[in-house]
Amino acid sequence: MSNSKFTRRGMLKTGAVAGAGVALPTIFTASSVAAYTNEPTGGSVTLGFNVPQTGPYADEGADELRAYQLAVEHLNGEGDGGMLNTFSSKELQGNGIMGKKVEFVTGDTQTKSDAARASAKSMIEKDGAVMITGGSSSGVAIAVQGLCQEAGVIFMAGLTHSNDTTGKDKKANGFRHFFNGYMSAAALAPVLKNLYGTDRNAYHLTADYTWGWTQEESIAAATEAMGWNTVNKVRTPLASTDFSSYIAPVLNSGADVLVLNHYGGNMVNSLTNAVQFGLREKIVNGKQFEIVVPLYSRLMAKGAGANVKGIHGSTNWHWSLQDDASKAFVKSFGTKYGFPPSQAAHTVYCQTLLYADAATRAGTFNPCGIGEALEGFEFDGLGNGKTLYRAGDHQCFKDVLVVRGKENPTSEFDLLEVVEVTPAAQVTYPIDHPMFAGGALGTCNAG
Amino acid sequence: MDAILLQVLNGLDKGSAYALIALGLTLIFGTLGVVNFAHGALFMIGAFCAVTVQRILNLSYETVDESQTDFLGNALVVKTPYVEAWFGAETGGAIIDWAVPLAILFAIPIMVFVGYAMERGLIKHFYKRPHADQILVTFGLAIVLQEMIKYFYGANPIQTPAPEALSGIVNLGAIIGMDIVYPVWRIVYFFFSLLVIGGIFSFLRFTTFGMVVRAGMADRETVGLLGINIDKRFTIMFGIAAAVAGLAGVMYTPINSPNYHMGMDFLVLSFVVVVVGGMGSLPGAVLAGFLLGILESFASMNEIKSIIPGIDQIIIYVVAIIILLVRPRGLMGRKGVMEE
Amino acid sequence: MFGMNKNDTTMLLLVAVLTMLAPFILNPFPTDSGLAQFNAGYPDLMQRFVIFGIFAIGFNILFGLTGYLSFGHAAFLGVGSYSAVWMFKLLSMNVIPAILLSVAMAGVFALVIGYISLRRSGIYFSILTLAFAQMSFNLAYSVLTPITNGETGLQLTLNDPRILGVSQTADGSIPVTSLFGMEMRSTYEMVVGPWAFQFNVGYYLSALVLLAVFYLSIRIFRSPFGLMLRAVKSNQQRMNYTGLNTRPYTLAAFVISGMYAGLAGGLLASMDPLAGAERMQWTASGEVVLMTILGGAGTLIGPVLGAGFIKYFENIFSKINESVLHSWFSALPDGLEDLLVTLVYPFVGKGWHMTLGILFVLVVVFLPGGLVEGGQRITTWLRSKKADGNKPTSTTEPAE
Repeated sequence: MSNSKFTRRGMLKTGAVAGAGVALPTIFTASSVAAYTNEPTGGSVTLGFNVPQTGPYADEGADELRAYQLAVEHLNGEGDGGMLNTFSSKELQGNGIMGKKVEFVTGDTQTKSDAARASAKSMIEKDGAVMITGGSSSGVAIAVQGLCQEAGVIFMAGLTHSNDTTGKDKKANGFRHFFNGYMSAAALAPVLKNLYGTDRNAYHLTADYTWGWTQEESIAAATEAMGWNTVNKVRTPLASTDFSSYIAPVLNSGADVLVLNHYGGNMVNSLTNAVQFGLREKIVNGKQFEIVVPLYSRLMAKGAGANVKGIHGSTNWHWSLQDDASKAFVKSFGTKYGFPPSQAAHTVYCQTLLYADAATRAGTFNPCGIGEALEGFEFDGLGNGKTLYRAGDHQCFKDVLVVRGKENPTSEFDLLEVVEVTPAAQVTYPIDHPMFAGGALGTCNAG
Repeated sequence: MDAILLQVLNGLDKGSAYALIALGLTLIFGTLGVVNFAHGALFMIGAFCAVTVQRILNLSYETVDESQTDFLGNALVVKTPYVEAWFGAETGGAIIDWAVPLAILFAIPIMVFVGYAMERGLIKHFYKRPHADQILVTFGLAIVLQEMIKYFYGANPIQTPAPEALSGIVNLGAIIGMDIVYPVWRIVYFFFSLLVIGGIFSFLRFTTFGMVVRAGMADRETVGLLGINIDKRFTIMFGIAAAVAGLAGVMYTPINSPNYHMGMDFLVLSFVVVVVGGMGSLPGAVLAGFLLGILESFASMNEIKSIIPGIDQIIIYVVAIIILLVRPRGLMGRKGVMEE
Repeated sequence: MFGMNKNDTTMLLLVAVLTMLAPFILNPFPTDSGLAQFNAGYPDLMQRFVIFGIFAIGFNILFGLTGYLSFGHAAFLGVGSYSAVWMFKLLSMNVIPAILLSVAMAGVFALVIGYISLRRSGIYFSILTLAFAQMSFNLAYSVLTPITNGETGLQLTLNDPRILGVSQTADGSIPVTSLFGMEMRSTYEMVVGPWAFQFNVGYYLSALVLLAVFYLSIRIFRSPFGLMLRAVKSNQQRMNYTGLNTRPYTLAAFVISGMYAGLAGGLLASMDPLAGAERMQWTASGEVVLMTILGGAGTLIGPVLGAGFIKYFENIFSKINESVLHSWFSALPDGLEDLLVTLVYPFVGKGWHMTLGILFVLVVVFLPGGLVEGGQRITTWLRSKKADGNKPTSTTEPAE
């Protein structure tokens, strides 16, 4: 472990300098006028990894941190290089970023926008981080993205699925690799149509906050477009633990599909409760009752155990993909940690590589230069096929995976199987799509 | 009509958990006069007793299966639980399947011990201290307990299913000609909680030990003057209260997969329940538990939500405020308890 | 001085010196040394220290004096933050109107909630305040999203209709909060040898506000009004029997402490224009209770110490990760290094909650009067070592 600036050698050196400083206390110098916030001047560059380390998403945060550490190793030329070898852009040489060694600081978002901003601020103000990345919820991502815009650093979003992140709350300094609610819906709808037909009555249970609403809006629009009828949309409080009183009304509502717009712990509980109430064995209107979970998280789905079997949903990436890039990533992650990476780990690894590559191509760490390098950037070899970082809203457009809970898992990681890879073209939407309207990127801020 | 009946069932079910936690909280408060913010953590530890039993039963030896590969492309390591190896796949599988009910046997001694250790080790030093100090120390303890569980079991929920035989649904309405299906395990949970509540009440009512404890709750000093060692009995009551919370946790695991912060999720709610019931009143705690459970279920019905949007978010608090304003000491609270 | 006795004057001056020199005091370690991890002298954390100090001082006026334990004070902080951000969105980026509105709005909310809750006492009062605060949080998180922007928190956007000021600056970004042109975020960095000290406008504004409200709280503690509140704490019944209606006094204390919370919320939003719903959650209310008890309830300086203590843990300990630990112990032989890292790791980084919990327990067990008592014990101990130390001039005397 040497990816920190606090090495023993550094400490000895500092000791000497500190001594000099005490001897000459009258040397006062104002900070030099930097070209942009936290311009790295020494032999290293500091990135800020801001993930949930406490609270319900702590395990996802831990997996993100593992991927970040792996990415830093690969950028610094350690380890087997992972997706550096498959990435279509060949700028990264394994010598850090433009010869500067990559170092990192970590922080705890607590999955609260306030705490996340405090943590990001300390990285920018105290540790001199030139880029902030991470997060495991949309509220936090949007809050930190706003902060990075004001502070003049780049924000590479982690796991955030709300349409708003690159919709009405998009920012010039913020970039998202992860997919969003609209894409989930667009990818799922054709699969659902093939499986369950066009004559279905859907009942929505939705987590009562911004992400839930955009997810519900997206999936309802997509399913209604193919002929499904929406019976009801019910909002459930975020703090709910027992969903029985929301599931019970579904039984006699005449609905034959239940859509659970829930994530994380909410999803585990609502799905478990739905299965408890025998919804999966139910026959309504002569059709088998079905449950759909638009956004799957494999880490969390484990908590629902056998209840996920046969239930469809979408995911950004899955370790069982067989392309070279995914295999390379799974191999280097699995060898180091002993288990396969999650989709959260994958997206943050990609984001780190993409940032490093953009900086190298731009030849600067200036956020405006990096922004330009990322805008409209087309790449391949990061596990999602051909991908475009769209200039107009800083959203990545790539294939979306439709997955299903596996019937006969061979191991504790083997929970989901990929049913279909929906091509990027099918999930692409115009920038002025009404679900994404209302915001503006603004101009890039270099501090 | 069946929709309303269903919500009554849901309410009774939620209420069972609330009532059990509030009952333990009131036992501790009524006997020792301690405001125990670590009570939610005891509920959570109970749930993780079930997880632990499940893990123990699933302890496995490994064999390498060359015909399959794992995620890295190596030969797959297949795990077979020892229990299945010893008793045969069928009997062993059945034992693992019954992990949650078996965990009750495991949880009772563990929880009594945890409660006893907590009281003797920490809380006994706080009887004479202000309630604020008790809150701080028990809250600190709750954080420590919860972080320890997180360290060993992670932050994600862990599935602990009910036994196959008890995990289906049953049509309760068949007798009265209606269609009311309800999960078997939730019915089990309800009757289990009635059993525990009944057990505690008859223990206090019909045993000498219980009589002394009740006398001590009413007037500690006089009982002490009679030459009875009331402190020792109260310590045992703390252990029993911890066991009640723990059992509520064990049996709750198949309803919702346990995670390390489930105690905190229940903590605020259980205090509201206790206060609505009236500080120090055991029947009050049980009554308030079921009442708030049922009201919460009704508030989440679509018909009611369409009249008052968001009512399901705040119903518990609205009810608490109204009851406290109408009945100053909650439903069945005694005068002079915790009012200064 | 200023109508205070000598002890109080000394303490106010001490606090003044400490806050003004905080950028130096909190940055004792050279920037690139291993111990720099423990430096807390960067603008955001210094701001949080003083703002949560204000919050805790206000809470202490209610809890420390009257003994009424409110579990819903975070609601007033949240209301203050939302008011301030709305002021930035609608009126101007100047912090003065925003802070004034947040204090006023918090005062109104406190008046309503206090009027109802103070009809009960003891734990019934605590649960009433908790219920109101949780209601506010739940509503702010979901139903009231048009006003609060729900989960994400209320933020400024590029098309806010700002009456006095522009929606966006010439270069197309959101304007920043300021005090008559002095930007809250502007920071002067002074480099002395290997040290770097940061002087931030927002911090100094908050620190001046802290001094003002600290002075106010001293005056309240020492006033006849403060005496009356303490009488309520020691025996409310006797007060009532003497024919005195104590409710107006407790309500006044409740509203004042609510306004302190609103002020803190307004300042938070002024430093960083975002108001998140979780500022109103019961855990946030619990946090200020912990700060006050941890520091020493009923003492003047205690709550500020408690606030600093908790915020320090939240922001500094959570950032120590495995590789930082490895670098600390890298001088040791490999086996020992790994062992130490394994032993320490559960208590830092993602385990910072654990350390905080253990410290709560330790402080409350061994220092019933909170950190202030710890300070007193140390001074008494030091004084007893000096033979001639017979003047009891403790700077931090509990109120009782």
